[in-house]
Amino acid sequence: MAETGTGGKPLSFQGLILTLQRFWAEQGCLVMQPYDMEVGAGTFHPATTLRALGPDSWNACYVQPSRRPKDGRYGENPNRLQHYYQFQVIMKPSPANIQDLYLQSLVALGIDPALHDIRFVEDDWESPTLGAWGLGWEVWCDGMEVSQFTYFQQVGGIECNPVSAELTYGLERLAMYILDVNNVYDLPYNDPTSRAPKTYGEVFHRAEVEYSAHNFEFANTDTLLRHFQDAEAECQALLSRGLAQPAYDQCIKASHLFNLLDARGVISVVERQSYILRVRTLAKACCEAWLADRFRKERAA
Amino acid sequence: MAELFIELFMEEIPARMQVRAGEEFKRLVEDKLTGAGIHFARGEVHTTPRRIALAVQGLPTRQADVREERKGPRVGSPEQALQGFLKASGLASIDQAEQRDTGKGVFYFAVTEKPGGNTADALPALIDAAIRELPWPKSMRWGANQFRWVRPLHGIVALFDGKVVPGALTLRTAEPAPEASEGNTCLAGEVTSVTLPYGDTTHGHRFLAPDAITVTSFDQYKTALRQAFVVLDREERKRLILDGAQKAATAQGFVLKDDPGLLDEVVGLVEWPVVLTGTIDDEFMDVPAEVLTTSMRTHQRYFALQTADGALAPRFVVVANRTTADGGKAVVAGNERVLRARLSDAKFFWDQDLATPLADRRAALGAITFHEKLGTMLQRVERIEALAVEIARILGDDAATTDQVRTAARLCKADLVTGVVGEFPEVQGILGGYIARAQGQPDAVVTAIADHYKPLGPSDRLPADRVAVAVALADKIDTLVAFFGIDEKPTGSRDPFALRRAALGVIRLIVENGLRLTLLDVFAAAGAAPSVGQELLAFFADRLKVALKEKGVRHDLIDAVFGLGGQDDLVLLLKRVDALAGFVASEDGANLLTAYKRAANILRIEEKKDGVSYAEQAVDLRQMALPEEQSLLGALNDATAGIEPLLAAEDFAGAMRVLSALRVPVDAFFDKVTVNAPEADLRANRLRLLSRIRTTLNRVADFSRIEG
Repeated sequence: MAETGTGGKPLSFQGLILTLQRFWAEQGCLVMQPYDMEVGAGTFHPATTLRALGPDSWNACYVQPSRRPKDGRYGENPNRLQHYYQFQVIMKPSPANIQDLYLQSLVALGIDPALHDIRFVEDDWESPTLGAWGLGWEVWCDGMEVSQFTYFQQVGGIECNPVSAELTYGLERLAMYILDVNNVYDLPYNDPTSRAPKTYGEVFHRAEVEYSAHNFEFANTDTLLRHFQDAEAECQALLSRGLAQPAYDQCIKASHLFNLLDARGVISVVERQSYILRVRTLAKACCEAWLADRFRKERAA
Repeated sequence: MAELFIELFMEEIPARMQVRAGEEFKRLVEDKLTGAGIHFARGEVHTTPRRIALAVQGLPTRQADVREERKGPRVGSPEQALQGFLKASGLASIDQAEQRDTGKGVFYFAVTEKPGGNTADALPALIDAAIRELPWPKSMRWGANQFRWVRPLHGIVALFDGKVVPGALTLRTAEPAPEASEGNTCLAGEVTSVTLPYGDTTHGHRFLAPDAITVTSFDQYKTALRQAFVVLDREERKRLILDGAQKAATAQGFVLKDDPGLLDEVVGLVEWPVVLTGTIDDEFMDVPAEVLTTSMRTHQRYFALQTADGALAPRFVVVANRTTADGGKAVVAGNERVLRARLSDAKFFWDQDLATPLADRRAALGAITFHEKLGTMLQRVERIEALAVEIARILGDDAATTDQVRTAARLCKADLVTGVVGEFPEVQGILGGYIARAQGQPDAVVTAIADHYKPLGPSDRLPADRVAVAVALADKIDTLVAFFGIDEKPTGSRDPFALRRAALGVIRLIVENGLRLTLLDVFAAAGAAPSVGQELLAFFADRLKVALKEKGVRHDLIDAVFGLGGQDDLVLLLKRVDALAGFVASEDGANLLTAYKRAANILRIEEKKDGVSYAEQAVDLRQMALPEEQSLLGALNDATAGIEPLLAAEDFAGAMRVLSALRVPVDAFFDKVTVNAPEADLRANRLRLLSRIRTTLNRVADFSRIEG
């Protein structure tokens, strides 16, 4: 099935994903699969958060479904979704030519630099819940932010050494730009000339409507609060056993539950800070546990 | 004479950091050259998004000779002292030392002449130090390096006299490799170090001329860069952008909206500026102009164009970083598309926001915490409403105006829960005004809502309309009273709730509008305890001094008037300060000030000695020996009687003129009368007279606080 047209330009949303995967696989990245949990951004995937730590080399790319409950618009806004896709690349240590590699990936996507104005505009990245920050840019193509480009300096409050380069492509927005579509729901999900073409809307519109109602109206806040506390307690219990990644799963859960509570509007400005701090405390402990690798070492001993 | 040229070539430097970094690098290199005895004619530095280029002209190829002199022990000192001196100065024997008479004895001097080395030999260490010491507001590591820089540094050109300076910047020093886990290759600890050698190659524009360029001199570099699509000179880029934008505006029949801040930023985003014009879709032109320009400016860095009458034109100017094969068509189309997406979001919110009456948003304000200890935003709005109405009453507003004040205060924060302000916080207030107008509120209420955050600084436009002034004052005074009440005062450079700005806003609103109100009463109306009110007044005194300092008003004169106590009417206070300034500048005034200080000094000493205060004692007419005492008392009585009605009429200049009449009798008194007379009764009475001078002058200001 043709997913790319002449010159390799993708013809569909999935064509874009396939192009990016192939491109970064050729640069030595492992093609990972999405993490099987609800996360707010691709950075939460353990392939980034945990692997950015420690001295080992690590090169990976993957698509990560990301959820921002507050961005739900009941399927009515052509540019905003509460569930969307990020394409994430992490390369550790950051290669000296990472900017060039990134620009080549745009060429692979069919963006001809001779016709467009591509720029790196200061945008430092920070994730308060992950205790992570880095310096970098938003990459602009004709004024549109097509990617986030970050050199990780700290994750979980721990200095990154060596430093990873993290690239995040917002897939829907990028696809709309490349495929010249003004409404996300009109994006061709697969090749529009194929035997069974589907649009992005046909695949996801119903989910956007339903989840918007869930996020804003029907998610049971008492249950969410209880689940938040459970996840927090479970995370700490697992940490006491030195089980870093299972504990980190609970930290991810707590983070998503917090986002849902926030969307339901039951968290005041002041409480917000304390919730963020609670998740960050978990994230830091998980990152420390990951580096300590205590459980395996004790079993081996 | 030779040229030193250095170029640091890197990944994109944040626009806001470029100028400062260039200046700092120039300063560091120049200081180090001077420190090494290498004199030069002049330095010139340039910055672009990807490079810092420094050229220093007129360097000698050899450093100046350095003559060092070390003073040793006195001639004839013990052997031990001589040996120590020889060791420290590096002389082989004491015969090599000069003997010199310093006037305090004959001493040994070691004189060493160090011939200056080759300049080139001093440069590598000097350049290395300058690079390492360059301060960045934020810096980072990359790859497996330890070196920190603003973004990855890729190349260093260092030429002296046309030749590459031998040297390299160490990015990573050798260190033992830590243990790798899971069988992965470990890259953190290489046994070898990594360096970036100084060289003579750089690159042109990232896309238009990425190939290597060999540099031989600064002049050749400038020419080569221009051919490689880089305009090195920031000022030239600025001119190109400004001229281009103005021409583009004129071509479309519009005027470029002046925006120096945006221009400064855009200059730092491009090496090869190309000015292009795009169109704003008509369907967005009914969205408030401030929302459109905020989106265009802060998110997209577009310049706005205006029609002849100052309205927003349906065009924008974007500065691209390159020419393109299609003459910018795709670039413009892309930018228009991005703007369309952004503005359709704004329009969506705007249409929605219009549908809800502002008054119906109060409940939502109740769900927002203003501050943990200060309740919800709704409670704050209720406080502002009560205070604004009270201020209107104090200012003597009529019932209709007061009603408008109440309405505006009730609605002033409602836009905080609108969709547009959620997306564009910069338009808070302004948006509320637009909605209020659309929902039929009268002009005075609309203006008051739109302007109630103003003024936001010393040069921001000031609300002048009565309704707007009352609400703007209430907004700021509520903030000040509330935060002082929970002991959240600004300290040093920390002022997280912008209380200094709020106080300055209140001062400007009162002073520049000539409003007569007593601040302590207003603070009390805002719920301030008396102690908080006094603290706030002292805070205002400080802010007033800062604000007036720029206008050349002496801070000690403000202190002198505040020293009277209870001075909480700022207009009156400044009138007094004004009159006082005129008075102390006059000859009579300066003279009286000296006499006052003399009297106060004598009193301070004698009252301390005697353990009594003469201020509380009446002057005794019977205890006077000299006519000068009597005429001074007479003059003081006249002055006291004369100034009271003038003070009551707020004629401070007049009161000062009355005081001037005291000069002659006061001078005569000090000339002829010995205060500390041997007769105890005379002495006490003279001290009482001095005390009267003090109390009389203190009726108009506390003269003890005046300097000079």
